[in-house]
Amino acid sequence: MSETANLLREMSERLFGEICDKSLLIAAEKGEWPAALWSAMEENGLTNALVPESAGGAGLGISDAFVALRVSASHAAPVPFAETLIAGWLASGAGLAVPSGPLTVAPVRTDETLQLEKRSGGWRLTGRAHRVPFARHATAIVVLAKAGDTPHVAVVDPGRCKIEHGHSLAVEPRDDVAFDCELGPGDVRAAASGVDVATLQAFGAAARAMQISGALARALEITVGYAQERVQFGKPIAKFQAIQHNLAMLAAHSAAANAAADMAAEAAERGMNRLVIAAAKTRCGEAAGVGAAIAHAAHGAIGFTQEHTLHFFTKRLWSWRDEFGKESDWSLELGRAAVAAGPAGLWPDIVAA
Amino acid sequence: MTQLNFSPPPPLTEATEKLRAEVRAFLDREMAGMTPAQRAASWVGRSPEFSRKMAEQGWIGMAWPKTYGGHERSALERYVVLEETLAAGAPVGAHWIADRQSAPSILRFGTEEQRQFFLPKIASGECFFCIGMSEPDSGSDLASTRTRAVAVDGGFKINGTKVWTTGAHIAHYMILFCRTDTKPADRHSGVSQFIVDMKTPGITVRPIIDLSNEHDFNEVVFEDVFLPESALLGKSGDGWKQVTSELSYERSGPDRFLSTFPLLTEALAMLGNRVDDRSAIVIGRIVAHLVTLRRMSRSIAGMLQRGEDPAVQAAVVKELGTSLEQEMVEVLRLIVDVEADLGSDNAYTAVLAHMMLHAPSFSLRGGTREILRGIIARGLGLR
Ligand SMILES: Cc1cc2nc3c(=O)[nH]c(=O)nc-3n(C[C@H](O)[C@H](O)[C@H](O)COP(=O)(O)OP(=O)(O)OC[C@H]3O[C@@H](n4cnc5c(N)ncnc54)[C@H](O)[C@@H]3O)c2cc1C
Repeated sequence: MSETANLLREMSERLFGEICDKSLLIAAEKGEWPAALWSAMEENGLTNALVPESAGGAGLGISDAFVALRVSASHAAPVPFAETLIAGWLASGAGLAVPSGPLTVAPVRTDETLQLEKRSGGWRLTGRAHRVPFARHATAIVVLAKAGDTPHVAVVDPGRCKIEHGHSLAVEPRDDVAFDCELGPGDVRAAASGVDVATLQAFGAAARAMQISGALARALEITVGYAQERVQFGKPIAKFQAIQHNLAMLAAHSAAANAAADMAAEAAERGMNRLVIAAAKTRCGEAAGVGAAIAHAAHGAIGFTQEHTLHFFTKRLWSWRDEFGKESDWSLELGRAAVAAGPAGLWPDIVAA
Repeated sequence: MTQLNFSPPPPLTEATEKLRAEVRAFLDREMAGMTPAQRAASWVGRSPEFSRKMAEQGWIGMAWPKTYGGHERSALERYVVLEETLAAGAPVGAHWIADRQSAPSILRFGTEEQRQFFLPKIASGECFFCIGMSEPDSGSDLASTRTRAVAVDGGFKINGTKVWTTGAHIAHYMILFCRTDTKPADRHSGVSQFIVDMKTPGITVRPIIDLSNEHDFNEVVFEDVFLPESALLGKSGDGWKQVTSELSYERSGPDRFLSTFPLLTEALAMLGNRVDDRSAIVIGRIVAHLVTLRRMSRSIAGMLQRGEDPAVQAAVVKELGTSLEQEMVEVLRLIVDVEADLGSDNAYTAVLAHMMLHAPSFSLRGGTREILRGIIARGLGLR
């Protein structure tokens, strides 16, 4: 791990460990915005990690920034950290000024497109984006839209959009946003070369893979701890072989998710290699499902309560695996690529991944 | 946190990719006449002639010191050769065990004399090894070994029976695991390893035919077999520590998730472009698992190179890898509509039959699923 990554991990562990406690998570589920947490993240330079130094950001690489993202997920931080990182990257990449405050991106679903039309003195943005993370709390939505055939990036004030509230399984905001607004010439730029909606989806998938790895690591830790404390039949349940074997599988899937997420971060940094990210999101999504199920099984009824902290992590696992393409979406893409590569081309493709 | 750490693998370099191209060209040339069914045997398929050719290329003993006939290449370069041969289904079985685990053990625990004697022979592709661990009454519970070595004048006398010994019928040597002290302080002490010349009088090798009607493993009986003192590997009584280190080599490599790779390539060949979405999803999911396992396994190669002890990580790779191998058979059979048949002229059909018949062994050989999960659980501090 790089020196920067190590420092970032330590700093993030401290930051999220101190602020992101159970009462904060409960308040967030009730709709409260964790302002103190967000300010601390901003003060420590986490939120603009992917904005170049020349544009006032921290200028980190994606792999390094994702170290902090993993830590945030291992504390179930109920903030649009991933979305703000991606929004900053997208806007600065297009040469747009990056607003301060929490940001989000749209569209987050591949089947949706937003349109930009040139108007005298500016642009008009139209279209609908569903389940946009944290739109209601964002100071700006960084949008990828088509002007004719070319992808453009626009910075949009959510106050000028129609926002309908919705939620993920983890009760994080996932809002439907209807765009129909005029934008000034300075709010829109052509996207950086090679960047389109597919890039946005891949970057989002890499981020979700990393978040899954963080939350799953925490679910493992909580479950191992619980199994060593809970006594039945006169001994800690961790002493039962059936429990040991299930937790071994949870640990194995968690380790695989970690490896896959690291791979996705590197791939994102190396020009957003789609197939590697596809593999990582597929693998992490599967680990999320298997891992959450084992964690709950080992906890018995207490883990099924609002009172216990496990659900903050498992609900995020269940929602993150669906977002920016689920396992079946990415497997389909990988499978088609394998078929196109054919029997002689598949192995070289796997090695190149 | 309770994480099992898999550090990022060493990166590919120009040297590894140049080597990869050489290996592919070699395999294209040398495997031209092989049938798909022969390729399906993978690292259990044996061809002494092929092993000698691999040695001529410098691809056995790649990472050892040159003084012992090695080639002082990196662990990653070695990994390239392993994975390329497995992906192609090359018949590497004859030298596989010696190169994978016997030689590393000799290098680590052997005397200078043993290193100079065995390692150059192994590297030349003319010296094959087998693993003498399992016994009729000692399988998963390896420490319960009953085979005994009794100190006698000038050496040891061995009595006992080993079983399931892969390749004993072609191996020149065995690394034997047995008891040297019958009243040890605890069950993990008082066991030792020996390098046994298979031609020693008193050794009988009997074939055991497996359910696919093949002869891969054997029973090996020791009756008053005399071994000189120089046959002892490592320290007397240190056998448990040594065998645990050997198993990290045995469990972490690409052979634990690529055994069924030829089935995937044959499935692609059979399907051609006629792949519906449902089938593409099945194939894509397998690829996702393979890519991830490959990263984890390369990460372990890096740890071994740095002298770390990745025993728990190796158990993770073997458990996830062999589960995938077995699952591949189960899911691919549903998307290509044939009935598995060993005798079929159709490549996929024959390879599917081979894999289906061999799949149960994937999670037995090298330590059962239950034993591996136990090792991971211990790594988590649960036992
Ligand atoms: C194809 C093949 C090749 C092999 N090659 C070799 C070789 O070259 N050299 C060699 O030494 N051995 C070899 N083996 C043997 C292999 O290592 C053993 O089969 C394995 O260690 C299991 O031992 P066993 O077969 O005696 O089963 P057992 O140990 O009797 O196990 C039977 C079942 O009980 C389970 N079990 C046992 N103990 C526990 C426990 N504590 N908790 C929970 N479950 C448990 C096992 O997991 C398994 O499911 C080979 C095996 C196969 C199939």
